[in-house]
Amino acid sequence: MPRLANPSQFMKLSAALMPWCAAAAALFLGAGLYMALFVAPPDYQQGESVRIMYVHVPAAWLASLAYALMAGASAVGLIWRHPLAHVAAEAAAPLGAGFTFICLVSGSLWGEPMWGTWWVWDARLTSVLVLFFLYLGFIALEHAFDDRSRGTRAAAILAVVGVVNLPIIKFSVDWWNTLHQKESVFRLDGPTIAPSLLWPLLVMAVGFLFFFVTLLLLRMRAALLEARLRALIFGNP
Amino acid sequence: MAAFFAMGGYARFVWPAYAVAALVLLGLLFWSLASYRRIKIQLAAQEAKSPRRRKHASRNP
Amino acid sequence: MNAFAALVGRDLKLAFRQGGDWANVAAFFALAVILFPFGVGPEPELLARISAGVLWVAALLAALLSLERLFQSDWEDGSLEALVLMPLPLELQALAKCLAHWLATGLPLTVIAPLLALVLHFNSEGMTSLVLAMLLGTPVLSLIGAVGAALTLGARRGGVLLSLLVLPLYIPVLIFGVAASEAASMGFAARPHLLLLAALLLTALALAPWAAAAALRQAME
Repeated sequence: MPRLANPSQFMKLSAALMPWCAAAAALFLGAGLYMALFVAPPDYQQGESVRIMYVHVPAAWLASLAYALMAGASAVGLIWRHPLAHVAAEAAAPLGAGFTFICLVSGSLWGEPMWGTWWVWDARLTSVLVLFFLYLGFIALEHAFDDRSRGTRAAAILAVVGVVNLPIIKFSVDWWNTLHQKESVFRLDGPTIAPSLLWPLLVMAVGFLFFFVTLLLLRMRAALLEARLRALIFGNP
Repeated sequence: MAAFFAMGGYARFVWPAYAVAALVLLGLLFWSLASYRRIKIQLAAQEAKSPRRRKHASRNP
Repeated sequence: MNAFAALVGRDLKLAFRQGGDWANVAAFFALAVILFPFGVGPEPELLARISAGVLWVAALLAALLSLERLFQSDWEDGSLEALVLMPLPLELQALAKCLAHWLATGLPLTVIAPLLALVLHFNSEGMTSLVLAMLLGTPVLSLIGAVGAALTLGARRGGVLLSLLVLPLYIPVLIFGVAASEAASMGFAARPHLLLLAALLLTALALAPWAAAAALRQAME
């Protein structure tokens, strides 16, 4: 992949974009945090524990979004062999795994006071747990071969195969009777959640999104620099 | 103030949730930054070693 | 279709000739199940309650045992590259290997399961659902497992990695399989769960050969 060793266009673009994304992330996360902890009212049923939502839900959204990006990029990489596609997928994987972890832990901490249990094997929780293992499997597969490009391609196939899990996560609360509550934001009829709770949620979500994009660009830059380094050390591939 | 930290009795659930989120996000941030800096340094060292070449001087098509 | 049958036949011959991968798998299944009364105590009520779950988990692990070798020997001796050149599409060849794998592992497991179910005091009213559920579920294990085996061909510590990849994907099969097996034994209708298992099987039949073939191709690049 000789083009990979010198993708100056992407480096220039990301160098220009990153400071703005980082600033936006800091801004929205800061504002979101303030709104979540001080501005948003307690829920009349769940009390102050509803504040966990402002961390749990954005993490859940990003967990799925990161996987969709990872699977899409993997498909592009496998079909059209664009040199940046696999780089993007591999950069997104640890980030997505992190978001999924936050989602699972914060959800568990929310579940104990609300449902009386730390965990339940319903469709939503189980499919998110499977998502977490798909991320781990992707990362493990990536590094499992002596030939690095073989690992990249194998992981890409896994990412594409695992995409069936995304609609299951999304629609699990509709298809099955689950303990997890039903969709209250992304619905065809519009959100059912109260505006005073919705706005802090959206601000936090945008903050998480900018955070993800910033780190994605950073990790992609690092990967490209590493490719250049390897090209220098081992001669042109 | 104390009421804020008590979170209506849910403190031992709310604060760990925020703490885990902060730890993971900051962890990812510092790990990504550290990797990036490390590679930049290694690359600079390697480029100093090899002779200056034109950017697209390559034997590959 | 002749080529397809030939491939299935060849794999089956290999499986049974080497004295039996299938015997190892069946023996592991039986031994794993038998461990439980020793571990949790021989109380019939307790054993009956966990019997469906134990049978399915043991079947899962037993199926996992033989997956690593699904493509391994062909890959190692180079016959995999020859297979790609065959007129039969690689997807159908992957399907043929899954069928052979199932005939040599999943089917024996399904046959032995009722006997072991009796040992675990499984309520015999649920026996038909148990067998039907395993008939529908074990092929899915072979199909999903084939994708994992193709992806990890030649990987370091491939066996452990294969388990890490495949076990999470097995969870839905496990959940529906146990639900179907238990439903009848508890007096509920097993049909909805069996239909779900059938849907899983159809989905796996449609997707797995394609994914396994893609993985095999990139393994040989």
